[in-house]
Amino acid sequence: MEKHELIVIGGGPAGLAAATSAANAGVECLLIDEQATPGGQIYRAVGTIPEKRATLLGPDYQYGRKLVDQFNHSRASYLSSTTLWNLNSQRQIGILRDGKASLISADRIIIATGAMERPVPFPGWTLPGVMSAGAGQILLKSSGLVPGNGVVLAGIGPLLLLLAWQYLHAGVKIHAILDMSPAGNLWRALPYLPGALLAHHYILKGLRYQLQLKLAGVKFYSGVTEFHAVGGDTLEAVEFTHRGGRKRIDTQLLLSHFGVIPDSHLSRCAGCDHSWDPNQLCWRPVADMWDNSSVDGIAIVGDGAGIGGAVAARHAGRIAGFEAARALGRMDAKQRDIAARKDQGWMRDDLRVRPFLEARFHPPAELLSAPPDETIVCRCEEVNAGAIRTAIHSGHQDANQVKFLTRCGMGPCQGRQCDNAVSQIVARELGDEKMVSGGYRIRPPIRPLTIEQLAALDAGADPK
Amino acid sequence: MKANADVIIIGGGLMGLSTALHLGRRGIKTVVLEKESPGRHASGVNAGGLRQLNRHMAEIPLTVAAAEIWKNIRDLVDDDCDVVLNGQVRVAESDATLQKLQARVDALKAQGYEHEQIIDSDTLYRLVPKLVGGCVGALYNPDDGSARPFHAATAFRHKAIALGAEIHSGVEVLGIEESSDGWKLDTNRGTFCAATVVNCAGGWANRLAAMLGESVPLTPKAPTLMVTERLPPFLDLTVGAEGYQLSFKQMQNGTVIIGGAHLAKLDFEQEQSVIDFATLKTSAQTVTRFFPHMAQVRIVRSWAGIEGFMPDNIPVIGASSKADGIFHAFGFSAHGFQLSPVVGRIMSELILDGKTDLPIEPFDIRRFTESESQEP
Repeated sequence: MEKHELIVIGGGPAGLAAATSAANAGVECLLIDEQATPGGQIYRAVGTIPEKRATLLGPDYQYGRKLVDQFNHSRASYLSSTTLWNLNSQRQIGILRDGKASLISADRIIIATGAMERPVPFPGWTLPGVMSAGAGQILLKSSGLVPGNGVVLAGIGPLLLLLAWQYLHAGVKIHAILDMSPAGNLWRALPYLPGALLAHHYILKGLRYQLQLKLAGVKFYSGVTEFHAVGGDTLEAVEFTHRGGRKRIDTQLLLSHFGVIPDSHLSRCAGCDHSWDPNQLCWRPVADMWDNSSVDGIAIVGDGAGIGGAVAARHAGRIAGFEAARALGRMDAKQRDIAARKDQGWMRDDLRVRPFLEARFHPPAELLSAPPDETIVCRCEEVNAGAIRTAIHSGHQDANQVKFLTRCGMGPCQGRQCDNAVSQIVARELGDEKMVSGGYRIRPPIRPLTIEQLAALDAGADPK
Repeated sequence: MKANADVIIIGGGLMGLSTALHLGRRGIKTVVLEKESPGRHASGVNAGGLRQLNRHMAEIPLTVAAAEIWKNIRDLVDDDCDVVLNGQVRVAESDATLQKLQARVDALKAQGYEHEQIIDSDTLYRLVPKLVGGCVGALYNPDDGSARPFHAATAFRHKAIALGAEIHSGVEVLGIEESSDGWKLDTNRGTFCAATVVNCAGGWANRLAAMLGESVPLTPKAPTLMVTERLPPFLDLTVGAEGYQLSFKQMQNGTVIIGGAHLAKLDFEQEQSVIDFATLKTSAQTVTRFFPHMAQVRIVRSWAGIEGFMPDNIPVIGASSKADGIFHAFGFSAHGFQLSPVVGRIMSELILDGKTDLPIEPFDIRRFTESESQEP
């Protein structure tokens, strides 16, 4: 079996920085990336994008070029367009490239797979014409595609504002922006404001986007509840409650967004311990101060370890690269401490805004844990919230038992879409929303693999 | 907690639940102690095969009796457990293997059993049109089939509860000792007492037996299953192949379940199994060998369940050889699902009547202790 000293999984800011710092410290390192070019979601296609589109995406996006350049100048090797379908606690990785599956392994692994958008099962979310804001942004970044007939943006989180601002500059008609964060969030966030002001550029940026959108005449609705996407075969309109009245806005496209959560599928597949984060409302890997997980030799950095954003991810990645160099004997603990010090300080400063953002954009509990009975929760297997509640009340008191009984989470998406919702519905039905009992056990392959690909698997020589 | 019952059953898998159910039918109150949740391991995640075909000769009377119960499973558990009885085949690639299977059919016939038969290749291809060309025939039982294991475990559990069983999840037995009026079980949730204790602890059963000074060579293993994306219907039967580790069937929802007892790497103490894709490669090769049209089909998920295996691959069923009031039903070696309704009945008969009509001598726990004591 092909073996490396260090394998970094994911080519976003955390992965690029980790691979660069480890390689510069003399570690033999391979970075595996699903995309064709380095950059991850945030800096998607940053090395190849036309200048005009890059300008449109703003200066933060363009910073990605620097990271990619540093990575390209390091001695780390790069495996692009590679899907990862398994990682186990013995640090064996299943990859798929050009249709060929193989097993490779490493002494150390850094998972830097980043975040995913928080899936929220609201009524009508499975209608054609409803997409996530992240998907909208991918189309913009990778192929310059924007909605032709206007769009409604709805949900919670800074990405909504950013995308709206990007669309505004691309000439897209924005019918409305619906903010579903509860009215009390602003008050709950205020105590964190002084700390957040130390990283005030984030807040100023948000205010600037909001101001420009309002000046351009975009309609904002805040405190939106009972949000429904409605339509027959495709989306026709959104309906919602605003200031006590029911409203309807016709639209053929809805981009929804409810914040981002760590994409924990891979780290859970590897058997790393995770705990429920009641502030970010998601699973987070249990880790030490160097981002080492509970599984020997596996570290998790960046948004995959807990949402901190691209800048913090870059610092965390660099720190994990130094830690890998220490673990592999390229430096001692003292050298690592010195090497990591600057990044630790910058990261700490950058993260000061987080408590404020988490409180400001905290999703309302009901949105996640109390979808109406008829709302589909698992779109692969078409299981609705009512069926999940029935299963819970007939004695299936954790997410995995609900899964066994209802097939919820057994479809091709591997439960990515319904995992969090089911955990939270279980917790709410059992009377304690803070006590989330555990997510689905992750069953590889975490990306579909054909029978022929498995039959031709290159497992290398038996290491025994 | 301190609780008393007539009978305590250790293990909330299918065997334990079936035993609770059958005792409940005869008016006996049971307590089932399950260290995780019912059906958590092998019982809930197995392939659900209702197979009489190609079993160990010692199991034939039991499997035939169990098949009768599965036919009308609703009478027992008020639920159909998604039973489908479309038959199972065991394919032969060559005349020599077919002769081997014919010899088995002859041996069964000599003992009065006619549920297994040989079919020629025309019949085989009529039953399994997508099978690769060139197979010469098969061993066949039209009355075999499959069920949904977690649904079955749930149905058995609900019926057992309806008949008076109490099921405790998250209760792990830490020690057993004899007391004045029976047995005292020390658990993480207090003490439980009963005159009779049934050991249905699956992959953990040897640990319980060891607490009674009864050593038994059980090995916990984790057989793997894979499931594919949904496909249009192409197969009604469950297909195996002589000389190959294959179990292949399409479920009603269109997914295909692929098994064959390929083992995952098991960390038994952590109760974690690591899927071994180098082994599953062989499984995928067997699938493409017999069903070439499956090549481009996507595998969506694989998993493994912890099961107890005996060296001779047949279970331990019967009274303890060391202690009065203790009974065992474990070590089904990855083919216990089909037997579960009849095993529960046997256990209830052993406990209440002191005997059963079915021949269980081959499953006596002493077969291991005796062979050990014969060694110099």
